[in-house]
Amino acid sequence: MSAAGARAAFPANWWLRAGWACLCAYVIYAAARLDFTWERFVVGIDNGARFIGRMIPPVIAQPDSLANGLIESLQIALLASFLGIVISLPIGLLAARNLMPVWATWPARMAIALCRSFHPVIVAILFVKAVGFGAMAGILALVVASIGFIGKLFAEAIEEISLKQVEAVRATGASFMNVITYGVLPQVFTRFIGFATYQLDSNLRNSTMVGIVGAGGIGGTLFSAFQRFDYDFVAAILLSIIAMIMVGEVLAGWVRGVFLEKGKVDGD
Amino acid sequence: MAAPALHLRGLAMEYVRGKPVLRGIDLEVGSEGLTAIIGPSGTGKSTLIRCINRLVDPTAGEILFQGQDLARLRGEALRHARRRIGMVFQEYNLVERLSVMENVLSGRLGYVSPWKAWMRKYPREDIDRAFELLDLVGLSAFPNQRADSLSGGQRQRVGIARAVMQRPQLLLADEPTSSLDPKTSVEIMELMRDLGRSQSIPVMVNMHDVELARRFADRIVGMSGGTIVFDGPPAALSDEQLKGIYGGEGWLH
Repeated sequence: MSAAGARAAFPANWWLRAGWACLCAYVIYAAARLDFTWERFVVGIDNGARFIGRMIPPVIAQPDSLANGLIESLQIALLASFLGIVISLPIGLLAARNLMPVWATWPARMAIALCRSFHPVIVAILFVKAVGFGAMAGILALVVASIGFIGKLFAEAIEEISLKQVEAVRATGASFMNVITYGVLPQVFTRFIGFATYQLDSNLRNSTMVGIVGAGGIGGTLFSAFQRFDYDFVAAILLSIIAMIMVGEVLAGWVRGVFLEKGKVDGD
Repeated sequence: MAAPALHLRGLAMEYVRGKPVLRGIDLEVGSEGLTAIIGPSGTGKSTLIRCINRLVDPTAGEILFQGQDLARLRGEALRHARRRIGMVFQEYNLVERLSVMENVLSGRLGYVSPWKAWMRKYPREDIDRAFELLDLVGLSAFPNQRADSLSGGQRQRVGIARAVMQRPQLLLADEPTSSLDPKTSVEIMELMRDLGRSQSIPVMVNMHDVELARRFADRIVGMSGGTIVFDGPPAALSDEQLKGIYGGEGWLH
């Protein structure tokens, strides 16, 4: 035993403890303010049970509007993904700070930040006001979301590449575009396919939602069924959305598999 | 010596103001033969090599190559000059995810339009030459293998094939053997020397290994502190001079 007594291995961090105490106090205060209570939850469960009861069994009350809504959602997702990917490629490239001068990266990064700052539903509301009700507004809203997501991740992927490979291609006297296609793209291609298929997946989900604000797709059908209290039809719509998302996920996985397989070498 | 293929005049380079890495290098390189540049780490060998094809921009001086001052070139003129200068790198710098063939053909990227390069539509003669070069460097069995699946020595052979694919009039190599084992290093140096001879082009190699330099170089340039302190045939490089280049003598024997 040392005469100096027990030495503390970890000094007490009073600031940290005070911080945790403040956080706990604020959570309790906020819950009280918002009437976030157990009693309301119990009452709510009762309502929920009745609501679910009315959903069973699901009934396809309007097969035409269900089918049209689903097809429209799918088309919104595909078009928005395609346009979003095509537009985000150059923007992401311009935003990569290791390849581009500041005067190019700065506006590109601003554009990406702007695209990311609002939820797709808010953007959809803006586009409904701008171009009117319908799929056009939904497509534009999801294009914006796709540019924000893929552009940012693509730029980050480019910023992580090995510049040695780029340097070697530059040393052959290759033009700027050839440097990009040989020195840069091979290094980010597989990741880009990953982002793109993920965004397709995400657009598919979001395309079912933009209809709630009138921007086309199954969301509109769902919203009007809700307003008519046709809960059995609501259930049918929800089930078909789930089915569509699952099919989409399988498709996205398949696309990913095809491209990543192609990236490999025969007999490797 | 005939008219020099490359003539450096007063070449200076500072990465940080007031701290020169190259202090006014004057060097003439003939139209043939292998020139080895030796010297301690951080003495500017790599910077010197990289200034020649302008991967690094010199602060002052002239780089006269075939009647052009490379130091002044920009944009397309610089790219056209680079096409005539092949470069081999210490860490091979192959595009890892592309095949051996794609890497070798990338030596022609200065001549091929972006669309054709993207579609892999190279002229027939380029493709034939790429296969010939792969035979020459001993990799004819691997054209479709991905570059990152090769060993170090194999990668460097691809790197050399890529540089020679440019049909360069000057071949530069920045520490081409420093990441390789001794046996492979000798093979790589042999390959560079022989290719330089068969193409009748000058080869400039900077290297760490003095013995390897002695064995393969026709001329040795010793650098120290950003200046040239020795320039002559390998036979003239004495222990005394090595002391002058690297400092100290404990490492010599």
